[in-house]
Amino acid sequence: MKFNFRLSILLLATLFGIVFSVPSLLQTENGKRVNLGLDLQGGLHMLLGVKSEEALKSKMKSIATGIGYFTEKNDILVEDLKISEKNEISFIFLDSDDRVQIEEYLKKLDDVKYIQNGDTFTILITPEGSQAIQEQALNQAVETIRNRLDQFGLAEPTVAKQGNDKILVELPGIKSAEEEKRARDLIAKSAQLYMMAIDERHQSKAPLLSEAQAKAYGDLLLPDVNDEEIKYLVRSIPILDGARLKNANVVFNEMQQPVITFSLDSLGSEVFGNFTGKNVGNRLAIVLDGKVFSAPVINERIGGGAGQISGNFQLQEAQDLAIALRSGALLAPVYVLEKRSVGPSLGADSIRSATIALIGGFLLVIIFMAFYYGRAGLVSNVALIVNLFIILAVMSLFGATLTLPGMAGIVLTVGMAVDANVIINERIRGLLYAGKSVSKAISEGYEKATTAILDANITTLIAAVVLYAYGNGPIKGFAITISIGILASMLTAILGTRGIYEAFATSVSKKGVKYFGIKDIK
Amino acid sequence: MEFFKRKQNYNFMSKSRYLLLLSLSLMAFSYFLLFTKGLNFGIDFAGGTVIQVQYEQEAPISKMREALNSYPVFEGSSITEFGSPEEVIIRVKTSSGELQRDLGDVVSEALQSTGNFEIRRVDMVGAKVGGELREKGVTSLLLVVIAILIYVSFRFEWRFALASIFALVHDITIVLGGLVLFEIEVNLDTLAALLTILGYSLNDTIIVFDRIREGLVKYKGIVLSHIIDESVSKTLSRTTLTSLTTFFVVLTLLLFGGEIIYSFAFTLLIGVIIGTYSSIFIASPTLIWFRFSVEGYRKMLAEREKREKEKARMRAMYEGGRL
Repeated sequence: MKFNFRLSILLLATLFGIVFSVPSLLQTENGKRVNLGLDLQGGLHMLLGVKSEEALKSKMKSIATGIGYFTEKNDILVEDLKISEKNEISFIFLDSDDRVQIEEYLKKLDDVKYIQNGDTFTILITPEGSQAIQEQALNQAVETIRNRLDQFGLAEPTVAKQGNDKILVELPGIKSAEEEKRARDLIAKSAQLYMMAIDERHQSKAPLLSEAQAKAYGDLLLPDVNDEEIKYLVRSIPILDGARLKNANVVFNEMQQPVITFSLDSLGSEVFGNFTGKNVGNRLAIVLDGKVFSAPVINERIGGGAGQISGNFQLQEAQDLAIALRSGALLAPVYVLEKRSVGPSLGADSIRSATIALIGGFLLVIIFMAFYYGRAGLVSNVALIVNLFIILAVMSLFGATLTLPGMAGIVLTVGMAVDANVIINERIRGLLYAGKSVSKAISEGYEKATTAILDANITTLIAAVVLYAYGNGPIKGFAITISIGILASMLTAILGTRGIYEAFATSVSKKGVKYFGIKDIK
Repeated sequence: MEFFKRKQNYNFMSKSRYLLLLSLSLMAFSYFLLFTKGLNFGIDFAGGTVIQVQYEQEAPISKMREALNSYPVFEGSSITEFGSPEEVIIRVKTSSGELQRDLGDVVSEALQSTGNFEIRRVDMVGAKVGGELREKGVTSLLLVVIAILIYVSFRFEWRFALASIFALVHDITIVLGGLVLFEIEVNLDTLAALLTILGYSLNDTIIVFDRIREGLVKYKGIVLSHIIDESVSKTLSRTTLTSLTTFFVVLTLLLFGGEIIYSFAFTLLIGVIIGTYSSIFIASPTLIWFRFSVEGYRKMLAEREKREKEKARMRAMYEGGRL
């Protein structure tokens, strides 16, 4: 055996392939390894859209609430603070001495501009502001959903922005339909918490009012959480919103029912204290996602900024709600654009059948090559096996995800990787028929085969790259395995097998044409 | 072992006329199928929901139908067996954007009384996403074709590029026709299979073209059809061998790869057969169609060589300090 440059590259590649595919093959904890895609290990994949008009609405609501705090705190008298159909805030100021102070405050607000007309201020969103808010809503939704899922207790959730208006959520390792449903519920909760004043002047008429009539009073008509028939008439500008929430936890009340306690930050506590102090005897509605959870009568000024949400919660429901409140509200609700969920048992089935196909296909090819090309076929088979290891190793190093189409890609690559070897062996045979010596046939055969292999593989590579750029998750996996496979097959076939021939040059020559599966030249 | 007689040159070109005719009629038939019956788009491109349900016993399909019929969302949905009698696929035309209650939840509620089952898969694609995916699919096919056209023109000659694109269109058309004929659902993985066939068939064609390119320089004759015959014969055992191994592999994938990968494997299977056929019998004869001229090509090569030589001479002179 003669050691040579090409052989050493093949040996290095083999070593590389084996070393780096070990973590994946044994699925060890340490080291980089191939991850199984959601279609193989089971899990939930969702593409979510954001209802950005809702983000604009809730932004205006929070600006209006802020104006409420500000005027309250500075004893500025305003009247008729409301949000119109067109999502514009307007209010009338009563004392023109306050004008400068108000304007100063309004100037500091982002994304909006104001128009003053006599005693009336109108605040509307600027076009740039609208874009910024929508962008912010998306980022905030990504952040919030990530926070929620992190607390949900599943391994490795993925939440990422996709394009400029979509969110990708991937939850591997979901074990049952119930768990999946719970995760979806948690993501879907807007968790918009508001404390709103009940309009005591008109509340008695609430059961008879229409939405439009309520609006005319500057009110909203909201249902009770337990009974849709019970309606509350609340002032449309909230006193406080969930942004002022500092913490939320589940505790048990005296009846051993789970309730959620929350605490407010310092500004929140102050506003809450002031409001309750001025409204003793009135009712305060605690509103979550458009439903009134409770509407207790204010008995005295409440300082300290703590409150409680009670409803007929199940324990888990209360826990998920507390997670949602802690991780903040969604500025805008999300909806599903695309969803793929695979149960773990189906994933396991897919792995099993794809593995059978992979091993079966591989064996067929290997037996066929050995049969057709004799010793040269065995050399090609070495290249094929090394090829598989290299694919696995490179995928492990990249931490690539193995999907079902990806596995199909590997199966297919085996079929195609053999091609480079076939081209080379056919060339060598052709030259042997033409009467060339074995060593001459080998060196010329490789030279001639190389351009053909390069041209053919580069075109396939082009197709794979386009697939990668345009495909979605599983298809990308397919493109990756095909590309790595093609590159690896060029390395093992063009360099590797030649290295083997050179190393065993004397015995190849001694065996002559028989080495290449030909009986004789004549 | 050898498949083909080594010294024999097969006379492909004499029969190319009939085969071209066969191919053109196959293509025409495929177009007819595509325009009348049309492709059976799955949810990836058409939008909708697919729910895979596995029962502990044989799936009570008629009972399921009854149960689902009481819900208006399932209007026009279909229930079919999937791989085994216990397993079924429910295809619903609509999709729901609602996170908290999707069609999988509704199905699981509706089928409550039909026995013990497990919902193994819920795939939902909204109409908007489906449209985007379809657009992307068409774009990717076009991009591949254009990129290949450029590459082959650069490496060979523009008529080689045209001929290979013709072979590609030929393959894709007939495979699509086959998908219509056998009512295979077209999803993203079918698209991946189509793109793979593009690469595969082209790979085959290029290997033959590579020989023709070599033959154009090596053989003295100027009759293109002889050069083609010689080159196709020389690459015949390679084409057959590679196709056979790929065929074996795709066949195992089809037989053992499971129901989910079926449409992918089936598309590949037709593709491998058509792709092999076209690179042996169709791609090269079209070179003649496009009036490829042997003399013209040799002239071009000679000129290119002359230019190279001139360049080398100039460089030598420059380096020699004479310019």
